[in-house]
Amino acid sequence: MSYITIKNVWQSYGDHVVLESLNLSVEEGEFCTLVGASGCGKSTFLRLLLGQERPTKGQLLLQGEPLRGEPDASRGVVFQRYSVFSHLNVLDNVAVALELPQAPLMGRLFGHAKRQARSQAAQMLERVGLSHALHRYPSQLSGGMQQRLAIAQALIARPRVLLLDEPFGALDPGIRKDMHTLLQELWRETRLTVFMVTHDLSEGFNLGTRLLVFDKTRIDPQAPQAYGARITCDIPLNQSGMSVQEAIAALPPLALGQSISLFKKEGS
Amino acid sequence: MRLINRHPGRGGRLLLALLPLVLLLLVYAVASAMRLAENPGDRLLPSIGQMANAVKQMAFTEDEGTGEYLMWSDTAASLKRLAFGLGLAALVGLCLGISAGSFPMLSATLSPLLAMMSMIPPLAVMPILFIVFGLDELFKVMLIVIGVTPLLARDLEQCAREMPQEVIVKAQTLGANSWTIVLRVILPQLLSRLLVSLRLMVGAAWLFLISAEAMSATAGLGYRIFLLRRYMAMDVILPYVLWITLLAWLMDYALRQLNRWWFPWSEGAKA
Repeated sequence: MSYITIKNVWQSYGDHVVLESLNLSVEEGEFCTLVGASGCGKSTFLRLLLGQERPTKGQLLLQGEPLRGEPDASRGVVFQRYSVFSHLNVLDNVAVALELPQAPLMGRLFGHAKRQARSQAAQMLERVGLSHALHRYPSQLSGGMQQRLAIAQALIARPRVLLLDEPFGALDPGIRKDMHTLLQELWRETRLTVFMVTHDLSEGFNLGTRLLVFDKTRIDPQAPQAYGARITCDIPLNQSGMSVQEAIAALPPLALGQSISLFKKEGS
Repeated sequence: MRLINRHPGRGGRLLLALLPLVLLLLVYAVASAMRLAENPGDRLLPSIGQMANAVKQMAFTEDEGTGEYLMWSDTAASLKRLAFGLGLAALVGLCLGISAGSFPMLSATLSPLLAMMSMIPPLAVMPILFIVFGLDELFKVMLIVIGVTPLLARDLEQCAREMPQEVIVKAQTLGANSWTIVLRVILPQLLSRLLVSLRLMVGAAWLFLISAEAMSATAGLGYRIFLLRRYMAMDVILPYVLWITLLAWLMDYALRQLNRWWFPWSEGAKA
């Protein structure tokens, strides 16, 4: 049995079908990158995995158990923006992830337990390279540092699946590269199952072990919302440092056409 | 250079800010002097010296009847009512605002109710407050509470609703339940906003306080000026009005500083 199983999932809002008959199984420790044109439902799929939305039809299973229909500690998430708590400093932003599950009444720990949570948080922050900024507030951090913080916060809660919704979309290219390295290292250390939505196709190829392309297979020009997107290509990527060009060259012809059209959309 | 692109320097800014005040003072002094020259017994525009004397009488001389320094006991009475009123309104408004802004189930009940309540003119229900709470302290405090709470609650509700959904989802993925989300995420963020809304409400609270004191009281800044109106004692009324303005400004300033100290991360602290 695979770690995550998606069984015939449909998502529609009224007449607007966003996703149709999605089937997928993902093994533990896979790093799936989700790419596709804007509005093709890859973020919707992530919200389904997160539990922020419930599917119209179908089932999402984690180790054979249905995923809860609301966000919980089994799934960690990093959004493009607003991923951290602006009223807590860097250290407490991470420590709060240890306090919340342990203190269902007060939401905070005291004394020894609090010191312990903070020292654990400080270790995690050192790992992501933020130990020089423990007492700063998020608004005083750069975009890249905020995302480092968001990742540390998500990881310290030890989720079973990590969901990333265009986490580096707002960062400039140099910073983005550093973040890729960091994310790769953390993924190798934790062997987490990761789903990452990205607009950047090369990011999709370079980071993941598996690339999922979302696209519509049927289009009714009279009613563009009548059909939803499916996973049109499911490409295993090896981690031996194959370049994007090589990976594309290795694609089957159909996928190649779509990837190129994706590149065009990206470029335009 | 075009006027729209010209900025005053630091000294220039101060000068421009003081200019209208100085002009006003000058006009007053001239008008007062002219009236007093015509009729030394004129009460309408007392001279600055007369006002200083009156303040000395009210603030630094023991009242023969009560043995109190009237201006200070008036100030204490008014500030006490204001503090109770605003404190209670803040507490209730915060609870209502968080409930209505964070929980859709509660919002369905509370939002229409608050929208309606905030439309009731508080001064129109004053007679009802007379009847229900009597003419004592409670009535004055309640007028402030009833006037300010619905506005505070609606402002905080709006603010809670505008919090990015991502933040609430993130808290859930870190293991928070509904209660701890309120406690650790929504409440701290709204406390800063509460201080901002309170600043905006200070003026309204004074309005309600002075109306209530004008109606029935035995002490208070509003009570005093309405009492002295009968004797046309402008030499006391004018300094009292200035004093009330100064107090209101100080409250505004204090709330802003509190926001800065307690919530250095917040937008409200910058405003």
